[in-house]
Amino acid sequence: MEINYAADRKSLFVYLDGELDEYTAKQAKDSIDKKIDENIFVKNVVFDFSKASFMDSTGIGVLLGRYKKMKKVGMNGFIRNPSTSINKILQISGLYEIMPKIS
Amino acid sequence: MNNKMIIKFDSVSENERFARNVIASFLLPLNPSISELSDVKTAVSEAVTNAIVHGYPNGVGEVTMSAEIDGDEVHIAISDSGVGIENLESALKPFFTTKPDEERSGMGFTIIQTFMDDVRVISSLNSGTGVNMRKKINSVA
Repeated sequence: MEINYAADRKSLFVYLDGELDEYTAKQAKDSIDKKIDENIFVKNVVFDFSKASFMDSTGIGVLLGRYKKMKKVGMNGFIRNPSTSINKILQISGLYEIMPKIS
Repeated sequence: MNNKMIIKFDSVSENERFARNVIASFLLPLNPSISELSDVKTAVSEAVTNAIVHGYPNGVGEVTMSAEIDGDEVHIAISDSGVGIENLESALKPFFTTKPDEERSGMGFTIIQTFMDDVRVISSLNSGTGVNMRKKINSVA
């Protein structure tokens, strides 16, 4: 999995590229946490899934963990462009209740 | 059509992708839709992750994946010879996890149940766990 970032004054954009599973989760967590720390003054973190080809429930764990970290410093999380199957997983697990889907 | 296969691999997370790709290739002759294919890949990934993370928490063991195509239906069994599940009833509930400190969602079995037509889990302490699942593939061809 490759993760690319972009940021403006209000938001940090996290572009997930590839497969998010048990094998790639640790690296993803560390990378995103580091970026959040570097952009501690932004209001929003947008997770963009347009290039994410696969995610299972390990990915839900990754998002939940980041949500907890972001909440502590008052950041909001959003999800953008999930594939049909990733969307289904996010829906079943109720993730959109804490990180709404935006277009 | 009818076909079957079996593979064994080490319980290391690199092999999750391998297992997903094997099952996807095996299913191709049934002409699955993209959504059916990703449903099965996700279910396999969940069961294999469980075997790796929970079945063998203290080391590397062996995971077996077998699959059988029976007409337009696929049966998949993923098993390990690991520690087994102490309380299967709890383990099957959404959001239940034995490792909350590791940022785990507890959604694995719920996702398998949602994505497959039928799931059966057999587990016995210190001898292992088997996840048997079934899905009808409505060929688009």
